[in-house]
Amino acid sequence: MDPFRQHTGLVAPLERANVDTDAIIPKQFLKSIKRTGFGENAFDEWRYMDLGEPGMNNSKRPLNPNFVLNQSRYLGATILLTRKNFGCGSSREHAPWALQQFGFRAIIAPSYADIFFNNCFKNGLLPIVLTELEVDHLFNIVSATAGLQLSVDLDRQTVRVPSAQVYIFDVEDSRKQSLLNGWDEIGRTLRHSDKIKSYETARATREPWLFN
Amino acid sequence: MADMPKTLYDKLWDAHLVQEEADGTALIYIDRHLVHEVTSPQAFEGLEIHGRKLWRLKSILATADHNVPTTARNEGIADPVSRLQVETLDNNIVKFGVKDYFGMHDSRQGIVHVIGPEQGATLPGMTVVCGDSHTSTHGAFAALAFGIGTSEVEHVMATQCLVAKKSKSLLIRVEGKAGRGVTAKDIVLAIIGKIGTAGGTGSAIEFAGSAIRALSMEGRMTVCNMAIEAGARAGMVAADEKTIEYLKGRAFAPKGAMFEQAARYWTTLHSDVGATFDRIVDLDAAAITPQVTWGTSPEMVTSITGSVPEPAKETDPVKREAMERALQYMGLDPGTLMADIRIDKVFIGSCTNSRIEDLRAAAGIVRGRHIADNIKLAMVVAGSGLVKRQAEVEGLDKIFLAAGFEWREPGCSMCLGMNEDRLSPGERCASTSNRNFEGRQGAGGRTHLVSPEMAAAAAIAGRFADVRQIL
Ligand code: SF4
Repeated sequence: MDPFRQHTGLVAPLERANVDTDAIIPKQFLKSIKRTGFGENAFDEWRYMDLGEPGMNNSKRPLNPNFVLNQSRYLGATILLTRKNFGCGSSREHAPWALQQFGFRAIIAPSYADIFFNNCFKNGLLPIVLTELEVDHLFNIVSATAGLQLSVDLDRQTVRVPSAQVYIFDVEDSRKQSLLNGWDEIGRTLRHSDKIKSYETARATREPWLFN
Repeated sequence: MADMPKTLYDKLWDAHLVQEEADGTALIYIDRHLVHEVTSPQAFEGLEIHGRKLWRLKSILATADHNVPTTARNEGIADPVSRLQVETLDNNIVKFGVKDYFGMHDSRQGIVHVIGPEQGATLPGMTVVCGDSHTSTHGAFAALAFGIGTSEVEHVMATQCLVAKKSKSLLIRVEGKAGRGVTAKDIVLAIIGKIGTAGGTGSAIEFAGSAIRALSMEGRMTVCNMAIEAGARAGMVAADEKTIEYLKGRAFAPKGAMFEQAARYWTTLHSDVGATFDRIVDLDAAAITPQVTWGTSPEMVTSITGSVPEPAKETDPVKREAMERALQYMGLDPGTLMADIRIDKVFIGSCTNSRIEDLRAAAGIVRGRHIADNIKLAMVVAGSGLVKRQAEVEGLDKIFLAAGFEWREPGCSMCLGMNEDRLSPGERCASTSNRNFEGRQGAGGRTHLVSPEMAAAAAIAGRFADVRQIL
C-alpha cells in the first residue's frame, strides 16, 4: 500500500449527505477484474450527461456542466469535502479505488459509512472526520475562496487552511501507523501464524463441529 | 470478571479473539467466508502476486450470483465483461482448490446470502464475512456477520483473520404483535425510518423483543439483511428453538450427536439478563403499518396510508435539499397519497426477500388475480435454485405465471441490475430489494422498497395498495 504522510492540494466541495458507493462508482464498472481504471468513471452518473458503460472512450462523452467536479475552479482537486454518511451502501472497494484514481488523496466529512471508511485506509486514501460545524466552516471558506488549498498532516493529525486556521482530527493509532508506513497488513498478520494456529486448536476442542 | 453479564455481541466477539492490542485493535478469527464473482478477482490476484495460499479451504463457500442471467441460462452470459468475471471465479476456484463452489449451472446456485443459511453453512456462534455489505443477513443465526472490502477478502483468504475493533452495541427492541399484513420488511423499514440510515453507524445491532422472536428465520434474515441500511455493519438475533430447528438436516450443518452438542452451545447465544448496551431503541410492533419508500434512501419511508412528505416543512436545510432532490429524481409531488402512485414494474427477489416464505406470501396475494394493464413487467426471481425448485413443487410458479408474472432463474437480478434485468430511465418499480438509491436498479430508474406482499398487491392494483385490504 502507498503510504500517506502529508498532502497539500485543491479542495472540491460535494454538497450532499449520504453519498452512496453506487453513486461513487456505478455497478456496471464493477464487472472489471482489475484494480485500476476506475477513475474516469468516478461519479459517472453525475459527471456525464449520457449513460456510461465499461469500455467507452470517456474523453468523448458529454460532461454535466452543473456537476461540481466538472467546474473549472475545481479541476485537479485532490481533497474532497463532503457531508455526513459518505460512502454508505455497497461494500465495493471499487469506490475508494475510483476516488483515488480520480486523483483524491483525502476526504473530509462529518462521518462515513463503516465499510467504506475501512476500505479507504487499505488504499492509502485518508478519510478525515471533522465536526459538522467545522465542515460547515470549510464549505463556506471553499465557496468564498477560489483555488483554496488545504494541507493535511497525518502525523500531526491536522488540516490547515492557508489563513493559518488549523483543525485537529482523530484517527485510531493502528490505522495511522499503517497508513504512515504503508504496511502490508497481510504480511503483518502472518507474523502471528502460530497464534492463529493455536487458536484453531483450542476452538476445535470447544466447537468441534466447525472443524470436521 | 467471569460472571459479568454479556451481550450476544460480547460473547461472539470474545469467542473469536486471537489477539488484542492495548488500543483495542484485535485480530479476530473468521469461520465462514462467502465468496462471489464481483469482489473476489482482485483478492485472488493479490494472493497470486504475493505467492500466498488460502489459509483454510473449507471455510469458503463460493457462488456466482451478481452477473448471472435470469433467463436462458444454458446459452451462457451474453455480456463479455460479465462473462469474464464469472469465468475468472470459475478459474480461481480451480487454481486455489476451493471445494465448495456452486457455479452458474449448479442446482444449488443462488444469492450468496440465501445459500449460506439454506445449506447450513451459516451456523450460530460463527463469524461470517463476505465481500458484500448484506452479509449482515447471517446474523439472524446468532452469528457475527459483516461485509468487508476486497483488501479484507484477501486478508481473510490468506490469514483466516481480520484486523478489527469492537463496535458499539445497539439494542433494538420491537415488542408487541405486528398486525395482519405487516411483515419483517415493514418492521425493518420502520426501524430505519426511525433511526435513519446512519443511525447504526459504528454499531453492531441486536434485534430483540417479542415481535422479533415471533418472526420465522426467513423474517429474521430480512431484518438483519437491512441492518446495513441503518448504517450498522452487523445485525443479529439470539438463537432459539427456531434457529436450531431450521438448521437440522441442512447439508453443511453437523449431524447426529454432534448436532446435539452444537445445539447445547447455541442455546447460550443470547444476551444475558442485565447486559448493558451503549444504546437502546424501542419500537411498538402494533403501531407499524405496511411501509413504502418515497425517496432515494431507505430512511425516506412512510406508511402506505401516508403521503409524499413536503420538503417545505423541513427545517434542516441539508435535509430539505436532500428531500427536494429525491422528489425530483423520483418524479413525485409533495402531498401525493402513496396509494395514488402508479408503477411500471414489479420485482420480487433479492437477498432481502427471495426465500421460500417470501414467495409463498406473495403468491398468496396473487392467487386467482392478474397484474394490472399498466404493469410492463412483473418478475419473480427466487433466491436460489433450491428455493425455485421448492416453489415449483408447491405450484407457486403456476400461480405467478397465470397472473402475468415472469418466473426467472435465481440471482441478484434487478436488485442492482448488473445483468440484463434493469429499469429504464423514468420507470417506477415496486421492489422487494433493499436499496432505492439513484440508479440502483438501472440509470434513471425509480425504486420503491416494499414487502413481497405489498409488491404483489401493487402488481395487481397497478399502483401501491394497502395489502391489509386485500388479505
Ligand atoms: S441481491 Fe442485491 S443486495 Fe443482495 S447480494 Fe445481490 S446485489 Fe447485493
